[in-house]
Amino acid sequence: MDAESLLLSLELASGSGQGLSPDRRASLLTSLLLVKRDYRYDRVLFWGRILGIVADYYIAQGLSEDQLAPRKTLYSLNCTDWSLLPPATEETMAQTAMVKGRFMGDPSHEYEHTEIQKVNEGEKIFEEEVVVQVKEETRLVSIIDQIDQAVAIIPRGALFKTPFGPSNVNRTFEGLSLSEAKKLSSYFHFREAIDLKNKTLLEKADLDPSLDFMDSLEHDIPKGSWSIQMERGNALVVLRSLLWPGLTFYHAPRTKNYGYIYVGTGEKNLDLPFML
Amino acid sequence: MGDPPPPNPEAPSQQSSSRRGSQAQAQRRSWDPSQAQAFPEEVQQALLNQQRGSRGSRPSQELRASQTNLRWSQGGNLPEDENLPLYQAEEGIMGGVEYQPSSAGFPLQFQTRTYLDESGIPVEEQTTDLMQQLQHLQQLQQSQGGFFQQLESPVYQDPGANVLGQYSMYQTDDPQFMQNTEHGPYLRDDPALRFSPSEMGFMNFGMEMPEPQPRELAVQNAKAYLLQTSISCDLSLYEHLVNLLTKILNQRPEDPLSILESLNRTTQWEWFHPKMDTLRNDPEMQPTYEMAEKQKALFSRGGGGGGGGGEGEQEMEEEVVETAVPNIMEAAFYFEQAGVGLSSVESFRIFLALKQLVEQQPIHTCRFWGKILGLQRSYLVAEVEFREGEEEAEEEEVEELMEGGEVVEAHGEEEGEEDEEKAVDVIPKPTWKPPPAIPKEDSRTGANKYLYFVCNEPGRPWTRLPHVTPAQIVHARKIKKFFTGHLDAPVISYPPFPGNEANYLRAQIARISAATHISPLGFYQFGEEEGDEEEEGGAGRDSFEENPDFEGIPVLEMVDSLANWVHHMQHILPQGRCTWVNPLQKTEEEEELGEEEEKADEGIEEVEQEVGPPLLTPLSEDAEIMHLSPWTTRLSCTLCPQYSVAVVRSNLWPGAYTYASGKKFENLYIGWGHKYSPDNFNPALPAPIQQEYPSGPEITEMNDPTVEEEQALKAAQEQALAAAEEEEEDEEEDEDEDLED
Repeated sequence: MDAESLLLSLELASGSGQGLSPDRRASLLTSLLLVKRDYRYDRVLFWGRILGIVADYYIAQGLSEDQLAPRKTLYSLNCTDWSLLPPATEETMAQTAMVKGRFMGDPSHEYEHTEIQKVNEGEKIFEEEVVVQVKEETRLVSIIDQIDQAVAIIPRGALFKTPFGPSNVNRTFEGLSLSEAKKLSSYFHFREAIDLKNKTLLEKADLDPSLDFMDSLEHDIPKGSWSIQMERGNALVVLRSLLWPGLTFYHAPRTKNYGYIYVGTGEKNLDLPFML
Repeated sequence: MGDPPPPNPEAPSQQSSSRRGSQAQAQRRSWDPSQAQAFPEEVQQALLNQQRGSRGSRPSQELRASQTNLRWSQGGNLPEDENLPLYQAEEGIMGGVEYQPSSAGFPLQFQTRTYLDESGIPVEEQTTDLMQQLQHLQQLQQSQGGFFQQLESPVYQDPGANVLGQYSMYQTDDPQFMQNTEHGPYLRDDPALRFSPSEMGFMNFGMEMPEPQPRELAVQNAKAYLLQTSISCDLSLYEHLVNLLTKILNQRPEDPLSILESLNRTTQWEWFHPKMDTLRNDPEMQPTYEMAEKQKALFSRGGGGGGGGGEGEQEMEEEVVETAVPNIMEAAFYFEQAGVGLSSVESFRIFLALKQLVEQQPIHTCRFWGKILGLQRSYLVAEVEFREGEEEAEEEEVEELMEGGEVVEAHGEEEGEEDEEKAVDVIPKPTWKPPPAIPKEDSRTGANKYLYFVCNEPGRPWTRLPHVTPAQIVHARKIKKFFTGHLDAPVISYPPFPGNEANYLRAQIARISAATHISPLGFYQFGEEEGDEEEEGGAGRDSFEENPDFEGIPVLEMVDSLANWVHHMQHILPQGRCTWVNPLQKTEEEEELGEEEEKADEGIEEVEQEVGPPLLTPLSEDAEIMHLSPWTTRLSCTLCPQYSVAVVRSNLWPGAYTYASGKKFENLYIGWGHKYSPDNFNPALPAPIQQEYPSGPEITEMNDPTVEEEQALKAAQEQALAAAEEEEEDEEEDEDEDLED
């Protein structure tokens, strides 16, 4: 959610039950403003909160002019001091794939797991058990990246693409209409398109290239991994992800208010196919 | 637009007309070259000069195009027609060119109207009766699509004479001519534009014409391009720009340049979304309004709203009585400090909804239990206790239905037994018996201590959830399913859940309550001990009461040690109940029905009694999850510890929170309703394949005899018969012989 409309956004996203206490809100308002100034970001988003055993991580993201460029992620333990996280790479993803369980809440905590690696010694190849240590910070980076790639969403029409390449915020976006708001196809993944090229020509003919340049939620696998609900008597549409429980996207139809926030344990729901 | 260029000198003017004609108009046009020839060349030339001399506007060409027949046939009228559009175009756009003879106004309207007819844009500038005449004229012309000559000539000739005179003036009057071109043609230097598709078929007539043509041509080309309608709608850029500029000029906003884009969007949007009547309701917003109506009903005070001054006061006094509705706003405030809970607006609505529930049902105590999220709708859950005696009436109704079912079943069984006895071949009876059903707990005890009501949104009616049976709890532990939000939805799972979503919901609520309802140590205490603990198989005490001497534990201590918190809900045993029941103990009913089978059962091993932790156990004794404590404690605000609240969060049931501050505490659950497990969910495997019935000789099928065997048998039988007959004959012969002897 946009740091500028933090209070309203928190109020609208409160249907999932998790929010922020007043002291956190107050500190966020000031500290995010300073972050924007210091790092020269165009927009700062409050991404959410990852619940750890000992402490919680508060995550923010900074965007530049081009909305689809890689975002910078910052984390804080007390909503006042923010530290920049390194961008996620494939290595980090591979390393953290083996780590399971809750976050501890201590960024320097190390997860240990033993791996069987093949070690070359001279001419012999034998397997050794190696204890691999993964820092919690690395895990944080990769989890945030996975969540962003998988379930960060925006409504259709909120961004538009200029012919030169970068995508900008659409200042004339007036919100989705009620009928559009209930369809999964009106929401896009907030990332570079992956499936768009696979569409048939017939489908592409109906698309508007300045607005439809991202993947829509319609073809997400597994089917049914999004729950759409109307709250507050039809005045608010809320999408919750079932794959990463804790991600809530809200939008008030016919207004410009929309945003998403993740408050959860940072674990993927691998039991989803059994639960649907 | 494939009209072949007429061979004569008139051709150019025709061509120019056709070139500038709009697509629609052009198609309706039909040329009559022969008529054209009637026109004096000179006049034509002059005309053409003049045409190019001014900034020919698009509508003028259209007009001309549509009017071609008319013009040509009218001969001398042509020049005036062509004049008028030119003048009129200027007026329309410039808003006040001097060149406005009254006669010019006439074609002005006419032209505007033509323009309107084509595009339908409601340009409000000039509307006179003349326009209607002209529109009529236009329609007639179009419908006939042909040589429409004499009808309009009287109309035309009056201004025509004047204008013709003007025209002659114009020709001699150069300054006027210059005035026309004051604002210059707007050229776009794109050669490709000069030949827009609609004009492809035509030769470049510029070669034959005098000097000022390329500019005018360019202008007209540009206008033709602008007037192209876009593929997806009937709106052309030209019309849109006209709308936009009209809007700006009418409204005259400050600094229009900065809001140009939003004006652009708004104009486009308005074109496609005309405002509806004030009488009609917006169909999309209908459900929203209905919901708002329902919620408005919540806000009205019970029994006819607040009256006038005096009555209002009296009602106020009467109402300040203790109600069963808890102070939701206070709990919401404390939970908000912890960063949990719904927004305060939503909490207030829930408070009103609970108030409504209390008024409708005979409730003794009530509590907001929490919110369970579902796929399509969510559930708001209220935990209530009925007043003494009230509940039993409803319970009995439910039980009667159940018993009715059982009686029917018993009857069926008896009949079945009788049939079996009558049958000659006794079907082997299966030796499998279903495990005995564990009876559910009585109301107000164990897992059924409280009653639960659910609703989807505040303002909607509350529905009561049925009591939970041990079988349901046992099955709920084995499956993991999302709630859809509809109470009657089936729960499709393996092992099959005995019940629908309402039962599953109730089972999960029971599990969550038993696992996560905690209170500060000392808040509750046991009542006076009555009887030994050894009764009921050592189940322990199951009742407690509030401790009047409880003084509250400091918040810091609550956060530091988990021993300061205790469970006050009974733990649910693996059996599905809180108090253990030996399933092998026969009740009286069962003994009556199954006398024969008792003997078989005696051989089964006895079931061990299940024991769970007793009531009021501190949290420090809870089992760990993978070396992690199942509870997390926090101070709500580290910056001001003196006013903070102690918050406990469950790691086993994510979404369960408890706060405590001084003498107050409260439990809340907001989540999906599932337990946390570090390992993946493993569904129960299907049961092993049942053994087939042992095959013995009495049920083994025998092969049917083949044809050869049957024939052999038949032959053998015949032989035997024959042999028997021979023997008989022999005997008879013997007898006869004996007799004869």
